[in-house]
Amino acid sequence: MNIANSGQELLEICAAEQISLSEYAIRVEMETKEVSREELIAQMQKTLEVMREGATAGREKEVYSLSGLIGGDAYRLQQYHDKGNTLMGGGIVKAMAMAMSCSEVNGAMGKIVACPTAGSCGILPAVINTAGEILNKTDEELVTALFASAAIGMIIGKNATFAGAEGGCQAECGSAAAMAAGAVVELMGGTPQMSLDAAAIIFKNVLGLVCDPVAGLVEIPCAKRNVSGAINALCTADLVMAGVTSKIPFDDALSAMYKVGVNLPEELRETALGGCAATPTGKALQEKVFGKSEN
Amino acid sequence: MANIGVFDVLGPIMIGPSSSHTAGAARLGKIAKTIVNKPIKEVTFLLHGSFRETYKGHGTDRALVAGILGMAPDDARLKDSIAIAESEGLTLHFTPADLGQVHPNTVKFLIKDCDDIMWEVLGSSIGGGLVKINEINGNKVQITGEYPTIITCHDDIPGTVAKISALFYEKQINIAYMTLVRSQKGKGATMTLEIDSPANDEIIEKIKNVEGVGRVIVINSLGGN
Repeated sequence: MNIANSGQELLEICAAEQISLSEYAIRVEMETKEVSREELIAQMQKTLEVMREGATAGREKEVYSLSGLIGGDAYRLQQYHDKGNTLMGGGIVKAMAMAMSCSEVNGAMGKIVACPTAGSCGILPAVINTAGEILNKTDEELVTALFASAAIGMIIGKNATFAGAEGGCQAECGSAAAMAAGAVVELMGGTPQMSLDAAAIIFKNVLGLVCDPVAGLVEIPCAKRNVSGAINALCTADLVMAGVTSKIPFDDALSAMYKVGVNLPEELRETALGGCAATPTGKALQEKVFGKSEN
Repeated sequence: MANIGVFDVLGPIMIGPSSSHTAGAARLGKIAKTIVNKPIKEVTFLLHGSFRETYKGHGTDRALVAGILGMAPDDARLKDSIAIAESEGLTLHFTPADLGQVHPNTVKFLIKDCDDIMWEVLGSSIGGGLVKINEINGNKVQITGEYPTIITCHDDIPGTVAKISALFYEKQINIAYMTLVRSQKGKGATMTLEIDSPANDEIIEKIKNVEGVGRVIVINSLGGN
């Protein structure tokens, strides 16, 4: 089996073999790692369970980060959801709460899946579990969808980056949302082309998003960017399932993301020297956590 | 273009908040513990760069101690490691330091084992949870923890490398990576061998008996992720 170097090659391989994105990821992993399908599926089931626990803990009780900078918001969102007077409807608000929960659990030194990074660990769990609940999907189907997200992630990692220090938040939360949107499209019966269109639309919509963590911690504004990424992914899946295509194909959108990322000034690539981190409030919060800087 | 696996993208499963400052730190601690391979009494952590500036907010201190206790980066007890270590009678010191021209996420472990022997281990967390041990007791090494690793400290005399590699050939163990560093011609040398399958006690004993070989350090498996 050929390994795809680009989105276009991925589509060609899927068409030639008549397989889905998830099946592509499973076959490539079986071949390159010399593991059985059963082992891979068991590992992904475990991954899904850790994702689900992370997306639940902060909704059941208030979870606060080690620094105290964030916490309690997933619980607030869940309470708001349970009262039933939301603007956007239950599913969306619950997805927001799930994404927030994972980020809070991460900041509190709880267990998460770096998917693709710890900073963006809330997006896939929120999107996959929300879509699963709304569409009434089994765990087996959700595990398959996670393999579809990995197929997209492998192309992103190969041609661009997941590191905020290299490509800004668009490389972390942007990649997570692109992977999540593509996975939901497959879960809803869309084609590989439609999945990649969804991923392309995500990148176009987050182009230029900077990485500016207050005090250098994965908390402010990261937790809310996870919420935003999750919603972006769910909306984009609907957009594509309605028949909307991406005028800029996936490979072009990905390359644009990477080029914009590496061209971001260093201050806006995880150094905590720009954006939110460099605001008077950002600096005051940093001092509160780590004490006065020597500089 | 390096190939990326499914669980490189969806993983690792880890204790937050940071793959480099938390998961990588735990791996460094675990490798240091494996190198010492004896009960540990006291550890001083010299913290450099970003480890020094942000270790409290990232729980780097807890992760390093968790590793010293043998925990993997996804062990839920990682958060409480310092209390666990103290209840086991371990003495811990965290000291900000400037370790010179090294990676921003670097720590030097000063470890006193149960026989009061001191160990120095220098390592860096290089991103995504990956790590590198660069120095053991002042000897340059290169350990990633991804392969079973054998380190020999031996006299810099002809034939030592050939004799040791012949022992691996006898057992049909493939050497994946090998680095050899000496402090001065004819004096001490350090060899790091990363091998494809674990070495058993028999082969380790044979290596120890090679002429001129002093200390042999074995890191067979880290376990966990």
